[in-house]
Amino acid sequence: MKFLAYLRSLAAKFFHGSATANDMEAELRSHIQHRADDLERSGLPRMEAERRARIEFGGYEKFREESHEALGGNFIESFMQDVRFSLRLLRKSPGFTIVAVLTLALGIGANAVVFSVMNALIWRPLNVPEARSLYAIERGKDQAINHSYLDYVDLRDRNRSFDGLAAYNVSDAGLDTGNNPSGIWLMEVTGNYFDVLKIQPYLGRFFHGSDEHGPNSAPYIVLTYTYWHSHFQEDRSVVGRVVQINKHPFIILGVAPPDFRGTLLFLGPDIWVPLVNQEQVEGMNVLNARANRGILMVMGHLKAGVTPAQAVSDLNSIGSYLEKAYPKEDGNMTFSLTRPYLAGDWLGGPVREFLAGLMLLAGLILLAACANLGSLFAARAADRSREVALRLALGSSRRRILRQVFTEAVLISLIGGMVGVLGSLLLLRGLSAWRPLSTTAPSMHLPVNPDANIYLFALLLAVASGFLFGAVPVRQILRTNPYEVVKSGPGESPNGFVTRRVGRRMTVRDLLLVTQIAICTVLVTSSMVAVRGMARSLHSNFGFEPQNAMLVSTALNMAGYDGDNVSAMQKRMIDALGTIPGVKAVGSVDRPPLYFGANSTIVFRDKTTDLAPSNAAAEVMLYNISPGYFDAARTALLAGRAFSWHDDQNEPLVAVVNREFAAKIFGSVTNAIGGYYKRRDGSRVQVVGVVEDGKYASLTEDPQPAMFLPFMQSSSSHTKEHLFSVVLVVRSTRDPQQLTAAIKSTLQELDAGLPFTTQIWTKQLNDSAMFASRVATMALGVLGIIGAMLSITGIFGMAAYSVSKRLRELGVRVALGAQRKEVLQAALGRAVKLLAFGSTAGLLLGLLASRVLAFIVYQATPRDPLVLAGAVLAMSLLGLLATWIPAKRALSVDPLILLREE
Amino acid sequence: MPNHAQLPSGTLDLLILRAISLGPLHGYGVLLRIEQVSGNALLIEQGALYPGLFRLVRQGLLKASWGSSKNNRNRLAAAIASAIARSRRKNEIPRLSSFSCR
Repeated sequence: MKFLAYLRSLAAKFFHGSATANDMEAELRSHIQHRADDLERSGLPRMEAERRARIEFGGYEKFREESHEALGGNFIESFMQDVRFSLRLLRKSPGFTIVAVLTLALGIGANAVVFSVMNALIWRPLNVPEARSLYAIERGKDQAINHSYLDYVDLRDRNRSFDGLAAYNVSDAGLDTGNNPSGIWLMEVTGNYFDVLKIQPYLGRFFHGSDEHGPNSAPYIVLTYTYWHSHFQEDRSVVGRVVQINKHPFIILGVAPPDFRGTLLFLGPDIWVPLVNQEQVEGMNVLNARANRGILMVMGHLKAGVTPAQAVSDLNSIGSYLEKAYPKEDGNMTFSLTRPYLAGDWLGGPVREFLAGLMLLAGLILLAACANLGSLFAARAADRSREVALRLALGSSRRRILRQVFTEAVLISLIGGMVGVLGSLLLLRGLSAWRPLSTTAPSMHLPVNPDANIYLFALLLAVASGFLFGAVPVRQILRTNPYEVVKSGPGESPNGFVTRRVGRRMTVRDLLLVTQIAICTVLVTSSMVAVRGMARSLHSNFGFEPQNAMLVSTALNMAGYDGDNVSAMQKRMIDALGTIPGVKAVGSVDRPPLYFGANSTIVFRDKTTDLAPSNAAAEVMLYNISPGYFDAARTALLAGRAFSWHDDQNEPLVAVVNREFAAKIFGSVTNAIGGYYKRRDGSRVQVVGVVEDGKYASLTEDPQPAMFLPFMQSSSSHTKEHLFSVVLVVRSTRDPQQLTAAIKSTLQELDAGLPFTTQIWTKQLNDSAMFASRVATMALGVLGIIGAMLSITGIFGMAAYSVSKRLRELGVRVALGAQRKEVLQAALGRAVKLLAFGSTAGLLLGLLASRVLAFIVYQATPRDPLVLAGAVLAMSLLGLLATWIPAKRALSVDPLILLREE
Repeated sequence: MPNHAQLPSGTLDLLILRAISLGPLHGYGVLLRIEQVSGNALLIEQGALYPGLFRLVRQGLLKASWGSSKNNRNRLAAAIASAIARSRRKNEIPRLSSFSCR
């Protein structure tokens, strides 16, 4: 009842609030008039009567204000008053406003960027119908996302939990639409792919499960909208047209809707092809090999009412059936579910961890920004203590003053947040348009388009940080004693309560400054650790030498090579490139180390007879190389021999292994030479040489066993895997551009229709293996710079403030004959002390935090004297920079002018 | 000199309600009536009356009608919103009377 009445009056005040307020004020005035009339009637002169009436009435402003509040609905009015007053104050001190807004913009902007990347990559579901129930299936303890096609068929047909399961693979091929063949990215998908994902065609039709009738039975393609737009100019008559993929005819069935670009966030294909036609696209297929886990991903929608846990137990029962039915091929068949957008936990895990780390750092930045602003605000409140005291003396309530302070704080942080969000939007737009791997995977990108969540997040952050730093001066204001402050007079101690404690113990502001500097030092240190690690990893031992080498990738299948032609052509290319002047060595490898992951397989000891996966001796990296590869890649041979062209199909199988392999299977390098081991198909392989260890799948991996096989033997009937992807390593100190031209003309002489690309090896590494650490280094570098900027503003604010507060004292000191050094010490000693204290704490923390970095950035060790020295130097430089202007001001103190001002 | 701060909370409210219970009054009238009732024993800053007065209006215990009096000055005519006020007075008058006995 009361509450309703309150609401009603609040609403009334809101709509015609000022009318009531006028009535109210009129009532107060009329009271005084009435009183004056009465007093006049009792015999006082009019003037005296009015004076008495006002005195008897008491503090007019105070009662007016209280009446306002009592009437309710006054909140909005006084709030608007506060806002206007705060804006006036901010306009009056533009320096403070700019510093505060920029500080917050940095803090909130950094958070908004990290948040929206997280939002885009982790939280936002993919733009497909019913994305919430879409799961991908992971296998085994290490949560592998890839499966074999036959396992997929069993999972698809035997499960009772999914509304159909689809599978796909990513590949590249040459597409010939009549003019020039061009390389494209395609997804090889099962026939039911579009039906499982519930996507409707934009134009024409899609293929379905019923179109599949065994290998190469469905020569159809579906175009993405983007590809249709860019390569067919949205020509609606493309449906039904025949195009060539790697010289095989395919019919264009239709076009997918504009917003569907597959289920991988970072990689959209150009076209979709039925997986049953893999042979035509890649020159080989995985359709009949249960042990070949060449399917990238299996995914589907859970049936309505089925929980993920139920689905997992359903899948696991199929898994145990598979283990029993195919003991040779299938081991460790337990399953789990994951989201398909980031290729499961293979990519999703590290991305999540990295982003969580970044979010933490961004949070620290905001905290530092708040500490910075908190101390600025405290200083401001100290300067305003006289004004506060006056307002209190005139009858303002402390609550009202606090409200104004908070209004001011939130106002600043809202403006800062707005600037920060604008900045982050620009950055995000750049990030979305950024093609990190423009040479190798042009369609790879980060779709981080901001949505409403980001604005909400930034708003929340702004309000929260406003309250956080606005709360710092609360105690000061509550403690203000108007009598003391007003009594003390203008010149004497303008900062009232602060003077009482100066020089004794740490004030809140000192503590805030130390905290802020510590946080900034953490950021600076970790970014230096990252940069240093990055620089080191460019010069560390990979087991090969990327400098002065060129990679020539060819796709022989795109040019129509198959069978033994492939080996022959490979040899001809190597021989031809070797004749280019200035080329020191040429060798080929199916996939260079650190080239978007690695091929691996399991091997067995020679004694092992039961070749079940569980009896494997090790999982090893597998490289098919040509003779001369070790020379071309500069991989050091430790013992035995490398391959020669005689190690072909007619000779016994041989291998060169790395030191780790030798140690793991044979015990030592010397034992390994001449020793035998078995491959998965039971073939015995003799080790003829041992090379140094290297990095194969990632820069941060532990030493991995690896084996190198001569490609002439790999294409034999033993493995049946034809090697179409051939990367030639050309070692030469010639200028890359000249070399590229020479390579081009040489290869075109051999076969004018052979598509190939050349890359400088170091550059290629930057795009693949170094990519994660590059991004990490960049992100940390930016955060470090922000941290450095914040510490500058923080120290500067503190130093400038303490100098300006003590100008008079400094003047007196100078007048009494103090030397420059003493003046400086008096003015800035405290700031420098705090800086040193905060930096030391931050440095220690930063070194601890850098251990975490070591997981992302290769060789990021915090125990690096250079990093330590660098961080110390950086902080001292920052300190010097930030105290420069205040120091100059302190030195230029002219005692005469200052003393005269009194 | 007793002032506003030393009154038990709610005392002023009750005095106002009591004053107005006899009939509509404008703000200054309320003051005069209170002075009369308390026999000039209650000396407060006159302005202190108004926050209390408007608080009662907001709580719905009093009704305010804004208008002009004869001499063309704004005045507050106040009347009791009867039921609520009565129940409240019933509860609180004993406490006040025991206080005034002192």
